[in-house]
Amino acid sequence: MAFALNAEQNQKLEQILSRYPNKMAACIPVLHLCQEANASWVSDDVIEFVAKRLDLPTAHVKGVVTFYTLFNQKPVGKHQVWVCRTLSCALRGSDKILEHCEKRLGCHVGETSKDGKVTLRTAECLASCGSAPMMQVDKTYYENLTVEQVDRILDTLVR
Amino acid sequence: MLKTTTYLTHSYGLADGYKLAAYEQQGGYSGVKKALGMPREAVIEEMKKAHIRGRGGAGFDAGTKWSFMPKQSQKPCYLVINADEGEPGTFKDRSIMEKNPHALVEGCIIGAYGIGAHAAYIYVRDELHLSKARLEGAIAEARAKGYLGSRPFGFDYAMEVYVHTGAGAYICGEETGLLNSLEGRRGEPRLKPPFPAQYGAFGCPTTVNNVETIAIAPTVFQMGGDEFSKLSQLHHFNDGGARIFGVSGHVKKPGLYEACVGLTLRELIYDLGGGVLGDRPILALIPGGSSCPVHRPDEIINHPDPRFAPFNGKTILDLPLGVDTFRMVGSMLGTCCAIVLSDAADPVLALHNLMRFYRHESCGQCTPCREGCGWIERILDKIVAGQGTIEELDRVSEIASDITGNTICAFGDGAAQPALSFVRKYRSHFEDYILNGAKSQTRRLTP
Repeated sequence: MAFALNAEQNQKLEQILSRYPNKMAACIPVLHLCQEANASWVSDDVIEFVAKRLDLPTAHVKGVVTFYTLFNQKPVGKHQVWVCRTLSCALRGSDKILEHCEKRLGCHVGETSKDGKVTLRTAECLASCGSAPMMQVDKTYYENLTVEQVDRILDTLVR
Repeated sequence: MLKTTTYLTHSYGLADGYKLAAYEQQGGYSGVKKALGMPREAVIEEMKKAHIRGRGGAGFDAGTKWSFMPKQSQKPCYLVINADEGEPGTFKDRSIMEKNPHALVEGCIIGAYGIGAHAAYIYVRDELHLSKARLEGAIAEARAKGYLGSRPFGFDYAMEVYVHTGAGAYICGEETGLLNSLEGRRGEPRLKPPFPAQYGAFGCPTTVNNVETIAIAPTVFQMGGDEFSKLSQLHHFNDGGARIFGVSGHVKKPGLYEACVGLTLRELIYDLGGGVLGDRPILALIPGGSSCPVHRPDEIINHPDPRFAPFNGKTILDLPLGVDTFRMVGSMLGTCCAIVLSDAADPVLALHNLMRFYRHESCGQCTPCREGCGWIERILDKIVAGQGTIEELDRVSEIASDITGNTICAFGDGAAQPALSFVRKYRSHFEDYILNGAKSQTRRLTP
């Protein structure tokens, strides 16, 4: 089924376009908009749609999608959990947080839990070094984490 | 001498500190009114007097950068704010955007006026959702008041500020990679020249500034450039004002502290950061983001420059944190956010962690960086697993040297610095992994 945006999303797209001197510049924000409208991943249909909408070659849009970490090229869980593991977080015990998430969700990094609710990933530095260890759940940062807090956060996701 | 300030951080503790009312109560939007009443050239001169060294890591003088913009331009000019904060150890820009977004908006108007731009794009990394929301909120508040739009504060200088999002790529913090990303391309850095001031965003003259550099501009115009510069203890190094210092890793009170330029690492770690976790000795220090060389705390300063007389003979812990002071001793100040490793940490694992980061974030354009970062990481994989050899350890330094200076952008140098300095300064730890099965190593990063 071809991908399309609803009226409200289309309006948002027009708003994005108005901020730039050309259509190409809207590529990344529009991809974000479409990804959100497509269960958090960018399918080939989405790429075709964006290319057509912004008058860009499909290869250009595909090139952009494959360059950036935050464009999901395959389906993901309902929630996305990123555990930062770069040095400042590693010095404060991000390994334990990650290990606990894997155990608790029953999946490895890069995988989605069996119930399809949570995709677990590691992140490189999320600019939260002073409140390490930390993780990002969808759009929210959780900082100064302990294993107990992680449990409480994951509880709300898998419920 | 320790002197903390609150020019950017005055609202940090307040619940509604990010809102317009709180900002104006602290004198917000008075600097921009002064600036817009001055001729453009005078705005740049004032900024030059403030001696603000770019807060994004390169330390280039902000006023001088503004002066590179054409006096008359046929094409539109742009101000682009680099808010793609992601240097390991650095977390200051996010706090400004979340807790004091109006300072950045006000700074954008001043900066754009100074360089002759009518639009500013704030390039925020996508992960910082709260920062984006706070900035959008601040822009909407400012627009509703008429501070943005066709006649800001009654001056005939149309001005718009936009928030643009990235999509997760450290390399987009490199200014030309950022510009490509802003234009809707892959965020691969461009060859320079042409420099952004001639050919930047959309092929037009562009200045790219860090969040903190722009957010402090309103203070400069409130106080006057000279006054602001003199706050610094390194005024005689042309390194002026106050800035936000960060400290993370093995300290008791990690966080952000705003102070006059010239603070030492000892003051940052012990006086502000509360000392080292468990009162252990320091094993290693990275002064400002992971792309800086690592230091042992007992390194002695010895430099022939007469301005170094007060510091010679002391350790690196007592050298004031300044762009030139650190550059002159072969280090780098970077973003001024230090990472502290106590002796509980294993330097081999620390470098392994960092090289994984650089391998992951290399954009892949230049062969030395793309292949080199991966190669170093694979050698470290082997060393950590107890299967490395001395020849391979030497190869790490060789590969890192071959990356240095042989890439389009500074990422390659930033990746090579930690590899070169960790292996040189903690060689015995690496050798212990190779020769003795790491018997005398902690084999962990946490205390």
